[in-house]
Amino acid sequence: MATLKELAKKPEYFTNGHRGCAGCGAAIVARHVLMATDGNVVVANATGCLEVFSTIFPFTAWNVPFIHNAFENAAATISGVEACYQSLKAQKRYDKEVKFIAFGGDGGTYDIGLQALSGAMERGHDMLYVCYDNGAYMNTGIQRSSATPKGANTTTAPAGKVEQGKTQKRKDFTAILVAHHIPYVAQAVVGDWADLTRKVEKALSIKGPTFINVFQPCRLGWGYEPSRTIEMGRLAKETCFWPVFEVENGVYKLNYNPKDRKKPITEFLKPQSRFKHLFKEENKPLLEEIQKDVDQEWQRMLKICEAT
Amino acid sequence: MVDKNLTVAKTGNEAMAEAMRQINPDVVAAYPITPATEIAQIFAGFVADGLVHTEFVRVESEHSAMSAAVGAAAAGGRCMTATSSQGLMLMSEILPIASALRLPIVMPEVNRTIAGPINIHCDHSDTMFVRDSGWMQVYCEDAQEAYDSVLMGIKIAEKAMLPMMVSTDGFIISHCMARVDLIPDEDVTKYLGQYKPETWLLNPDKKITLGGLDLQDYYFEHKMVAIDAMYKSKAIIKECCEEFAGKFGRNYDFFESYEMDDAETAILAMGSVCGTAKVAVDNLRKDGKKVGLVRMRVFRPFPAEELAKTLSNLKTLAIMDRSDAMSAGEAPLAIETKAALYGRKKQPKTHNYVFGLGGRDIKVEEIEDVYKEMLDFTQPEKNFDRKVTYLGVRE
Repeated sequence: MATLKELAKKPEYFTNGHRGCAGCGAAIVARHVLMATDGNVVVANATGCLEVFSTIFPFTAWNVPFIHNAFENAAATISGVEACYQSLKAQKRYDKEVKFIAFGGDGGTYDIGLQALSGAMERGHDMLYVCYDNGAYMNTGIQRSSATPKGANTTTAPAGKVEQGKTQKRKDFTAILVAHHIPYVAQAVVGDWADLTRKVEKALSIKGPTFINVFQPCRLGWGYEPSRTIEMGRLAKETCFWPVFEVENGVYKLNYNPKDRKKPITEFLKPQSRFKHLFKEENKPLLEEIQKDVDQEWQRMLKICEAT
Repeated sequence: MVDKNLTVAKTGNEAMAEAMRQINPDVVAAYPITPATEIAQIFAGFVADGLVHTEFVRVESEHSAMSAAVGAAAAGGRCMTATSSQGLMLMSEILPIASALRLPIVMPEVNRTIAGPINIHCDHSDTMFVRDSGWMQVYCEDAQEAYDSVLMGIKIAEKAMLPMMVSTDGFIISHCMARVDLIPDEDVTKYLGQYKPETWLLNPDKKITLGGLDLQDYYFEHKMVAIDAMYKSKAIIKECCEEFAGKFGRNYDFFESYEMDDAETAILAMGSVCGTAKVAVDNLRKDGKKVGLVRMRVFRPFPAEELAKTLSNLKTLAIMDRSDAMSAGEAPLAIETKAALYGRKKQPKTHNYVFGLGGRDIKVEEIEDVYKEMLDFTQPEKNFDRKVTYLGVRE
């Protein structure tokens, strides 16, 4: 694993000058993921914030070969690129070693792109899919997704007089990928560069399909100070809202366990304006319910990690 | 393996799959759909037997088939897929992306109507639905033409840097056995050569960003490049048809003129119905009627100038469409043909017939009746909004 000093000396494969928001977490995901490579990669990107702010013609922030096709098909697209690579290699028409990485937001991954991702994973392409999960359709203006946490205020599930934001729980997407029995699945978070880059290195060292779900704070959609992106990611981890773990050949390994230092969920929720309404007196039961959900999930995660 | 010129009996699907074997694409990504299923199925057999070096991507949908095809072609490979109807509709989001990225994907497309109601039989409403997607479109009359057009399609697509769909009428061509003359494998390999794209994702010497966001300040210019490419592809098609005729002895053009030299009235149509229409022409010619047939092959690029020239000396013209344009007044082939004729000093009186939707059969006698109506021109435009005669539909 590279040290921070070594990483800092590497060429920038995702460069500055893009048009992400100040404090954009998605840009950090792209930069850190590519830092963990040797640059011999082809990237496919689903339509979404990352693609939009990094490729406005005639500019590009991608210092590696890059393709954007459409919203729901980043996994299918990179599977085609990889298939071509395998074909040319088998025919001895190409001899370079190349890795394949697809990026998609939670919209392009959990929802509209689920089918294409599932198909590509099942077919066993040699590729890494990285989801940058910021818990809503941020690119179109903060609409709820199946990754949006319960209680969050979004533009399509707003907090109003009778509804308090999203009423459903977020779906456990990483578990769906584990169920594909692919060799490597992991959860990581913006704010822990060492963990993320190690996981990318590991994923790329494994032959076959791999998946990393990176929890990504979004200062615009979540409504916090742009300077607090890294802190927000760490709070998601420290409150156990976002367990950081990896699953190698079906065996779970918890990478972070705060034990008795587990923070209350309110520390993660409080700085975000999307949860502001939850702190009204009348929403106390809802807040308690959210804490209970987090605790239950965390206990379940601990048990799974023990069991495997 | 075909090591000499060989005459065989093959269905349209078998003939197109055979062409794909000989092309030996770097990547094929396909998903089954009736009546195109067999193409991928037969090809899967070639893969399983090691007869091709193709990386065969067994995708989970047609959307992913076209998405993977875009990825593979962008990566630098020669890439193919095949589909029909609903499959083409599911691909439709990605079709204009493939053409805008200038990727020469060649796709056998077996014409089947679109739901609803759901129906698996032939009409042209699937390919007409995507006629403006930036794909070249070739409509074939028989299995031989389908085989030849797929082979030629690779050459044309790679020269024009545009994707092409080669379509055959579902079941009528796809599943009926016909005589097909095959070209030896070696000659096909030599004829097509290796695909050498200008830009490709896997190129180690040049990193490119493909499919970036293109806003008001650039989109129009970039779209113009694809629009111009489609116009320019006409010359490439012409040149490739001539080359193919020279090499393999079979002649193709934008359209086929049958008994047109002295014809006063003609039918313009596409696909397998033209085989039936040729019988009608022969019958009527025996009675001394000056009738002919123009069979459109290449619908995109639309050969407006050439077509108008061929049709302008006719007195009357029946345009027979196997799809409808839902209150546009007339159906796609008629609309575009009349646009091509408009403003010319000499032009025939025309009438539009829509026939055969959902696989409804059409008989020689019905086509003879169309000719007779056109000879007397007993189909004046009665209704400005609804000029189409729907053939063979019960009231």
